[in-house]
Amino acid sequence: MIEIKSLSKEFPDKKVLHNINCTFFDGKTNLIIGQSGSGKTVLMNCVVGLLEPTVGEVLYDGRDFVKMNKNERTQLRREMGMLFQSSALFDSLTVLENVMFPLDMFSTLSLKERKKRALDCLDRVNLVEAQNKLPAELSGGMQKRAAIARAISMKPKYLFCDEPNSGLDPKTSIVIDQLIHEITVENSMTTIVNTHDMNSVMDIGENILFIYKGNKEWQGTNKEILTSKNQRLNDFIFASDFSKQMKKNIEENELQ
Amino acid sequence: MLVYKFLYSLGRYLCLMGRTFQRPERMKMFFKNYYREIYQLGINSIGIVLLISFFIGAVICIQIKVNVQSPWMPLWVSGYTTREIMLLEFSSSIMCLILSGKIGSNIASELGTMRVTQQIDALEIMGVNSANFLILPKILAIVTMIPILVTFSVASGIVGAYATAYIGHIITPADLTAGMQHDFTQWFFWMGVVKSIFFAFIIASVSSYYGYYVKGGSIEVGKASTNAVVSSSVLILFSDIFLTEMLS
Ligand SMILES: Nc1ncnc2c1ncn2[C@@H]1O[C@H](COP(=O)(O)OP(=O)(O)OP(=O)(O)O)[C@@H](O)[C@H]1O
Ligand SMILES: [Mg+2]
Repeated sequence: MIEIKSLSKEFPDKKVLHNINCTFFDGKTNLIIGQSGSGKTVLMNCVVGLLEPTVGEVLYDGRDFVKMNKNERTQLRREMGMLFQSSALFDSLTVLENVMFPLDMFSTLSLKERKKRALDCLDRVNLVEAQNKLPAELSGGMQKRAAIARAISMKPKYLFCDEPNSGLDPKTSIVIDQLIHEITVENSMTTIVNTHDMNSVMDIGENILFIYKGNKEWQGTNKEILTSKNQRLNDFIFASDFSKQMKKNIEENELQ
Repeated sequence: MLVYKFLYSLGRYLCLMGRTFQRPERMKMFFKNYYREIYQLGINSIGIVLLISFFIGAVICIQIKVNVQSPWMPLWVSGYTTREIMLLEFSSSIMCLILSGKIGSNIASELGTMRVTQQIDALEIMGVNSANFLILPKILAIVTMIPILVTFSVASGIVGAYATAYIGHIITPADLTAGMQHDFTQWFFWMGVVKSIFFAFIIASVSSYYGYYVKGGSIEVGKASTNAVVSSSVLILFSDIFLTEMLS
């Protein structure tokens, strides 16, 4: 469980996050949604410590990450996996070496066991055939899958995904979403996903945090979204005329 | 403002070096990277070092023989001057200036690209000390390779000088050899090596600094690699004066 308590983030020229409070649950895919520029990436970076929050606490199962020193953070980070907006695979290493990298760095397993674990992870994301390719030779979706394999190779307790399906077609997006969701449930991890993809919101959103201009505007499940009366949330989720019509139909059905 | 900026950069540079010079987490991974950098930054530079030194050695010999030497000078002057220029200045300082262009831009653009594609963030999230993991092998690889490059450069310069004697017939091999052997001070060679080790450290650490702290995209990576070359060149020139003064 990850708890965020009254977290704010200010840059010299701009206040991006205002007093965010929320909880992300174990074994669930927690989503952060919001318009482009609303501060999702900044929030996630504050949670994982790539940015320092101006004020606030980030509690990993009760352990305050913000107050930790460098060594304690390094220890906790062994329990984290992260998927970046740009995949961030090491481009000088092959796919297999990428997945093996965290194991090479931190585990005490033998080479054979490490390789087996890495291949298991690649198998989990259906990428065993591409194990000897370089990241530059993969398609965007394959890169994302390879990055997932790398993120889960250390069996992390916390998984962070920044826009796992930006730049992918709807079908591949769903594959990635499902993959993240299944892995989360299998290993009962605490997963946080940044997204503005409505398919993922409806598909895997068990706990959704809606950020509006740096404020927490709404929190709930994907079922609650359909019936929510929050105007800003509705404007964001049901942005097109087509989906507005859909929402109307749902509401009318409920009235009858 | 300028002073503030300078102090800020200096502080950040020192912090980066503090994070760099720590015991590597996994010695095996460190040595893997170290050998890769030795190959990429050291072995791959041997060609250019040999080429440039050969021609500079040859040209110095021709210049001195044809344009400087007059009848009242002893015949060994050309060989002697060629040797001293190579040993004292060219093979250490000028060679490092040239290498700062090659190696410095290589390091800065590699680290810069890793930064903008979030590969450095990925390392940090895994709990790896990215500065130590990426920069230490580079610095140590260059520092170990530079004495070898300097030696190659001196040797290649001398071969170049002999080429003017045997192929160009500008000077007789006997005169050249007499000059090369005239009044040899071994310390001059070691002075070049010592200076070059300092310069190598400057090239590697300053370029790493610029690459590591890139913010933005491809344009900033380009800028960082230019800045890396300019700054390390300027620093090499300044420190050259002090080192020469101190070591002579
Ligand atoms: N390092 C920074 N310095 C100053 N401002 C920043 C910095 N990083 C982000 N911002 C600002 O914070 C705001 C939120 O950015 P953020 O990247 O979190 O948006 P986002 O919700 O992730 O958008 P997207 O969906 O497009 O990825 C933006 O207005 C941006 O200009
Ligand atoms: Mg973002």
